[in-house]
Amino acid sequence: MRIPLSWLNDYVNVKDIPIQELRSRLDLAGLEVEAIEAIGYPEAELPWDPDKILTAEVLAVRPHPDADRLVLVEVNYGGAENEIVVTGAPSLYERKGESGLHLKVAFAWEGATLYDGHKEGWSKTKLKPTKIRGVPSRAMVCSEKELGLAEEQTDIIYLPADTPVGVPLVEVLGDYILDFQVKGPFGHLQSVYGVAREMAAIFRRPLKRTPVEAVQRLGLRVVEQPDFAYLEIADPDLCPRYTATMIRGVQIAPSPLWMQMRLSRAGMRPINNVVDITNYVMLELGQPLHAFDYADIRPHPGETQPTIIVRRATAGEQMATLDGELRTFDDEMLLITDGGGPVGIAGVMGGLDSEVKAHTQDILLEAANFNFINIRRTCQMLKLTTEAGARFGKRVDPELALVAAARAAELMVELAGARVDPVAGDLYPGKPEPRVIHYSPALADRVLGVAIPPEDQLRILAALEFRVEVTESLPIPGNRDHGDVWRVTVPSYRMDVSLPVDLVEEIGRIWGYDHFPVTLIEEELPPLRRNVSLEAEEHIRDILVSLGLDEVIIYSLSDPEDEARLHPDPTAKLDLPGERVMLKNYLSPERSQMRRTLLSGALRTAWSNLRFMERIAIFEVGHVYFQMREPDDAAPDTGVDEPRRLCILLTGPRQGRWYAPTDREMMDYFDLKGIAEALLRSLALEDKVRWAKGQHPSFHPGRCAVVTVEDRELGVVGELHPLVREAFDLPEQPVVLLEWDLDVLLDAARQADAEKKIGTISNYPPVYEDLALVVDEAMPAAEVQRAILDAGRPLVTEALLFDVYRGEQVGAGRKSLAFALTYQSPGKPLDERDVAKLRERVIKLVQKQLNATLRGA
Amino acid sequence: MNLFEVLEQAYQTAQAALEAAEDTATLEAWYADTLGRKGAITLQVRAVGQLPAEDRPAFGKRVNEIKQALEAAYTARAEAVKHAELTRQLEAGAIDVTLPGRPVTPGHLHLTTQSLRQIYSIFGRMGFEVYDAPDVELESYNFDLLNIPEYHPARDMWDTFWVQHVRNSPTRLLLRTHTSPGQMRAMRERYPEPIRVILPGKCYRYEQITARSEHQFYQVEGLAVGKNITMTDLIGTLTQFTAMFYGPGHRMRVRSSYFPFTEPSIEVDMDCILCGGKGCRVCKYTGWLEIAGAGMVHPVVLKNGGYDPDKWSGFAFGFGVERPAMLKYNVNDIRYFYGNDLRFLRQF
Repeated sequence: MRIPLSWLNDYVNVKDIPIQELRSRLDLAGLEVEAIEAIGYPEAELPWDPDKILTAEVLAVRPHPDADRLVLVEVNYGGAENEIVVTGAPSLYERKGESGLHLKVAFAWEGATLYDGHKEGWSKTKLKPTKIRGVPSRAMVCSEKELGLAEEQTDIIYLPADTPVGVPLVEVLGDYILDFQVKGPFGHLQSVYGVAREMAAIFRRPLKRTPVEAVQRLGLRVVEQPDFAYLEIADPDLCPRYTATMIRGVQIAPSPLWMQMRLSRAGMRPINNVVDITNYVMLELGQPLHAFDYADIRPHPGETQPTIIVRRATAGEQMATLDGELRTFDDEMLLITDGGGPVGIAGVMGGLDSEVKAHTQDILLEAANFNFINIRRTCQMLKLTTEAGARFGKRVDPELALVAAARAAELMVELAGARVDPVAGDLYPGKPEPRVIHYSPALADRVLGVAIPPEDQLRILAALEFRVEVTESLPIPGNRDHGDVWRVTVPSYRMDVSLPVDLVEEIGRIWGYDHFPVTLIEEELPPLRRNVSLEAEEHIRDILVSLGLDEVIIYSLSDPEDEARLHPDPTAKLDLPGERVMLKNYLSPERSQMRRTLLSGALRTAWSNLRFMERIAIFEVGHVYFQMREPDDAAPDTGVDEPRRLCILLTGPRQGRWYAPTDREMMDYFDLKGIAEALLRSLALEDKVRWAKGQHPSFHPGRCAVVTVEDRELGVVGELHPLVREAFDLPEQPVVLLEWDLDVLLDAARQADAEKKIGTISNYPPVYEDLALVVDEAMPAAEVQRAILDAGRPLVTEALLFDVYRGEQVGAGRKSLAFALTYQSPGKPLDERDVAKLRERVIKLVQKQLNATLRGA
Repeated sequence: MNLFEVLEQAYQTAQAALEAAEDTATLEAWYADTLGRKGAITLQVRAVGQLPAEDRPAFGKRVNEIKQALEAAYTARAEAVKHAELTRQLEAGAIDVTLPGRPVTPGHLHLTTQSLRQIYSIFGRMGFEVYDAPDVELESYNFDLLNIPEYHPARDMWDTFWVQHVRNSPTRLLLRTHTSPGQMRAMRERYPEPIRVILPGKCYRYEQITARSEHQFYQVEGLAVGKNITMTDLIGTLTQFTAMFYGPGHRMRVRSSYFPFTEPSIEVDMDCILCGGKGCRVCKYTGWLEIAGAGMVHPVVLKNGGYDPDKWSGFAFGFGVERPAMLKYNVNDIRYFYGNDLRFLRQF
């Protein structure tokens, strides 16, 4: 909301306060100034030099001796002598030969910097003395464009007749436009007067009430049914008040310069005096108004008196609005109708047929009040934003309606030559009761932690127009504050204030949070709890980073197509543990589904990074989202389960390039498995997991493992299926991924940690020995290893696979697995005999269990 | 030449040869040739028999002197040669220390994770526990129970992603637009205990994605509920946080503001860390940067959470996680955070 400071100064004089201080104090009190645009002042894009750009008056216009299209004007700029200026300004050219003039203009001396009026856009130029067709010229009269006030070069600017001559122009036309950001339902801040009222309280200055006293000045009286129209509110729940004021004999013309300038500085385009006045009063007081051409308000068939009825639309009813659009309404939208049908959408936009036209003579001026929630709904449903709708949507005080009507009427008389009917119509079914709050000044202390003296509290409330009666000790239900209780009557326009704590906010913000002392919570701590789940998650991150992986955090909103691409068969779907969670409204289809897997995001990330690097090793710890199949008490009450997942992706060469040879093999399944095993070892889970051949459509059917921990499925590890790799446009190299259920992993880790007991660390020398066993091709190596360790327990402490051999020596369908065994006892050195006994036991058991033979035997 | 002269000559020859020896092998040969069993000096001793008896003692003495001198010289020379050899060896073994090291790839925590951990740690010291709440939220938790009814103008402050109907959901669902619904969850779970929690998490806004706004971002919310919690406690808590998070020496200011779920509401600004408060583009020429929105928990919200507002009070605050990092590292585009360009993430 743009408000010129010059306008504010009409009601509260803050001219002496430097602009930055003004801004900062407004900010502190909760009137947030988003930006300040300076006009003419030193901060402006084009500062007006106060010595060189002045007000002046044109006294006479004489022909140029040597040019047909130019004239010489005699200008009084307050100097000792008048100055002769050469100009081609059309409106001065028209007055060629006239003298005895007193036209107030903006005058610039040589050396002044202005915009070049004859160039497109904004290019600055410094005024130089020159000769135009033989006549010397060292000054000029300026146009709006040259001063930076308009984009188009038209005529020179004329100042009001009462403008003093020879003063710096910046004092007359300079301004600061404050752009306020009003958050929340604050109708009382949606106007120049409303902001001025706040400023009066903030700066402790008097407030000039002229604009809200027009009813008294005009002597306007109200009745429910005036003689110029029949009024009816059919739906008072949506229309607490409707006033109609009759304004006759308007002469439609442009509004005066000062009004046009204020409107355009506030961001509204001047149109004509009548429309400008309704807009001006809306900006000034915050009450939207609508001017109907009285001639277009129809009576009911068979009646003579024009009729206005405020009612809900019937579903499907239509009307063309001012902007020329045909609108269709539903039965919750409120319309202004006449005897013939709709003439306006209440509080949002008027109808096309009854708008003010160039020949309009009589005006029915509507100043009404509507339910703000309903107005907002209508605006949203119709996708229609208007100044009126936006203001009503922030809640407007119904008391303001008649005040604004009178103010507009007064200006119509003054600026449009109109007459006002002394009696206006006013239906007011929703007149609110005065709001009274029982307030204890001790509450401020309790909420704020600062003892603000009661006299300061009183002063602040009074400055904000709250009426305070200090009463005898009045019991407030539930009040635990002792001492005085005040009866505080809330001004009608403060519709946001209804609770004692609302008054505390008013007092706090005007008193100034900025000089509050700083304290820390004194109370005892709540029972302390750890967030074990978060701690464990962070522990996983630390482990994976220490293993050389980069953490990524990918958007939760994903592309359903990407999920489909994870299946190599376009007609099939992944089997995921729940239905998808889809958005109703989304920015793009690529961000329309809450992800159900981390795989596709990791693949996308790999793809985008492979454009710039060859090696990717990333992980993500994050949530996936499913509709729950069954209601589950342990899960969120939203119907959506949000389990955590861990995803790891590797692709690219094992090592980076170096000047000497490095391991440039592409990372494969075993690189990832190594990382997975390191992670499991860090969590003391290496003995508790089972790796088995797995099946997952996204993975190479022969290079996929499913991992379980204590019979719960952790997830998959494998190499991406080549078709899926192609679908994600990834290069022809192995991409290996892991996706595990983080909650399962962390549960198991917690369990393992609880059970962890430190084993004996033996200082007796170990004995090392190799053992090669020949087994069937299908026998998993992990099983052989487990069998060896089981058989040798506890003295065989390690069995490390170091060679796998297939060939004639071991026969078809068989393979040889060579293990390096470590024998060690915690209690004594092992001798040859001990080792021989152990070896025998291991071989015997393994042969029996696994159909293994000793290689070479 | 008499034998004495021969001896002296042999001595001189041996000295010269020793001095000329540059490596261990030559030295060893010299030793054998000079002081070994058949060495030149050793052989001189045998020549003593050819001398008249009266000369023998003098000769013998002189031979011994020479032997001792040569032994000492040899030891010294051997040291020097060894040293020289080592030096040559080290010189030959020199490398270009400016060549790159054998590649080791360190991992990196995401910048957001790093920021969050700092925040957890600072608030942890002040007794705030981390409380988790879901991303997909009930409309009532995100809005209505926080004093933001449908069509209320306050809803304009959040552009919302709505979720299509979900089978087992009690009401309309949305992606949380802020972490504030966690306040309600924490209160309902913890009543009647006092509360001190922070609520971190992903938030979502239905907004066009630009350098300054993302549809997904992280927020951290704080909530304290107790019997005597005041606005000055809130300001104090945020002051402590600012000093620890941004470093000491920053000025702060507290502005009145509006949030539907707090009353009174404030915003806290810190002097602009880019221009030091002089005014720049980033701080919109005010010299101040907003670092948190906050306030005293609205009585309606306390009541909705189960706490009687006449007996309990509380404060709440919230701030974005990316912005502080953007300011600190001069990151000019928020899209870097979740675009996951590793060239960006690896810088932290």
